Amino acid sequence: MISFGFSLNTSRTIDIDADNFDKCHSLINHVPSYKRCIGCGGCAATCSAQQHSQFNILKCNLLFRRGEYDTLSNELDKCMLCGKCLLVCPRNVNTRAMIISMRNLLKTK
Amino acid sequence: MHKRYWNNYQKEIAEDHYFYARSCIRQTFFSGSETAFLKMMTDELGKDIFDDSRQHTCTGIGYHSDIIPLETISTVIARLFSLMTEMGYENFVPSCITSFGILTEITELWHHRPDLLEKTRELLYKATKREFNVPKNIAHPCDIIYKFREDLKKNMKYQLVNKDTGEPLKIVEHIGCHYAKAFPDRGVGGAEFPHVLVGMIESWGGSVIDYPERRHCCGFGFRNYLVQANRGYSLSNSNKKLESMAPYEPDFIVANCPGCTMFLDRWQYTVAEMEGITYDKHGHGIPVLTYEEMAGLLLGYNPWELGLQIHQIQCEPLLDKIGIAYSPEDKYKDAYGKQLFPPQKPNNLIV
Repeated sequence: MISFGFSLNTSRTIDIDADNFDKCHSLINHVPSYKRCIGCGGCAATCSAQQHSQFNILKCNLLFRRGEYDTLSNELDKCMLCGKCLLVCPRNVNTRAMIISMRNLLKTK
Repeated sequence: MHKRYWNNYQKEIAEDHYFYARSCIRQTFFSGSETAFLKMMTDELGKDIFDDSRQHTCTGIGYHSDIIPLETISTVIARLFSLMTEMGYENFVPSCITSFGILTEITELWHHRPDLLEKTRELLYKATKREFNVPKNIAHPCDIIYKFREDLKKNMKYQLVNKDTGEPLKIVEHIGCHYAKAFPDRGVGGAEFPHVLVGMIESWGGSVIDYPERRHCCGFGFRNYLVQANRGYSLSNSNKKLESMAPYEPDFIVANCPGCTMFLDRWQYTVAEMEGITYDKHGHGIPVLTYEEMAGLLLGYNPWELGLQIHQIQCEPLLDKIGIAYSPEDKYKDAYGKQLFPPQKPNNLIV
């Protein structure tokens, strides 16, 4: 094969049909308030862990909803469970319970 | 009702007396196309079209790479118009889709900014002592072939039909972005339903493939390509389109833009050599033709005079499918009949 100094980029198209929503439905059973999330990002804006790491709770939420779990476990481990996000959430989502449940669900097959 | 709505998607195309402007890319990569178009216009349709030897670039590639200022491109376009005015023509026909897009953009800009038009007149006069009129009609050659497709059909020796099965050939049509995506009312069918190539294909016996990424960019995109580090974007766009059309097993692709024709053709070589992927079952790739080459083949023009041997994806399987006669010995002869060295063969792509 010849190297031309550039390569094919992987497509970033989101294939909704290929997404697995099973864990997302389980999460709603564990943390019913998760349904109320509007993705405003208030949690991410106040997050202490985000100040000194690449952790992004909004991104974790999005990846979990889409069923893209590849890097998610490592990301979720960065959360310190301080609960500041709980205080700012305008929809009263139990974000700390959400993170803990996500961690647990990812451990199950 | 149907017809009334469709009228909104038509454009005015001049009947006769055209001033022709050639394309930088097409003269290099699809050298037979422009000659074939001029031949069709004069010999087949009996139209008056003037090909001026003093013509020059529209600066399109420089403009879209952000290295040519607006006043400069405006004045360069004005010089092209001054040649047209001097020769007594009012209908401008740019061979290139980029030029077509630029002419449309600049004339639209002059319409809204008369001060810029006056400044352009002044700059052109100061630099060259030339004056110009704005063309009454700007049409791309594909518009003209579309308009006269039924007249051309009368002279055609072949149809877009598989000679063995009698089935219409399955064809992918690709419209250049600068044809109608920038100014939808300047293209037949607008940006939503570009009909210019579909009309030709359907009139001449072929069938059009409607595949998911039909309106996706070919991948050229100027800056995506000009910097080597960015070429992955260009390649990936072409790959996305080619992957999307491959399951429909197209017999060939036809495009009305030089950049699209070039990239959909050449990138097939690059992907084949880089990843070992070809987009047809047999490893030949999908041939990519200009609309003049498609029309020229059906009119019985010599494929080697049309320049099909210069394409990366070779056309012999397609010619055999339509039943077009050709001489394999003449493939690599120059205009004087002298045998040239055949090009090197790629490793993965079968040519």
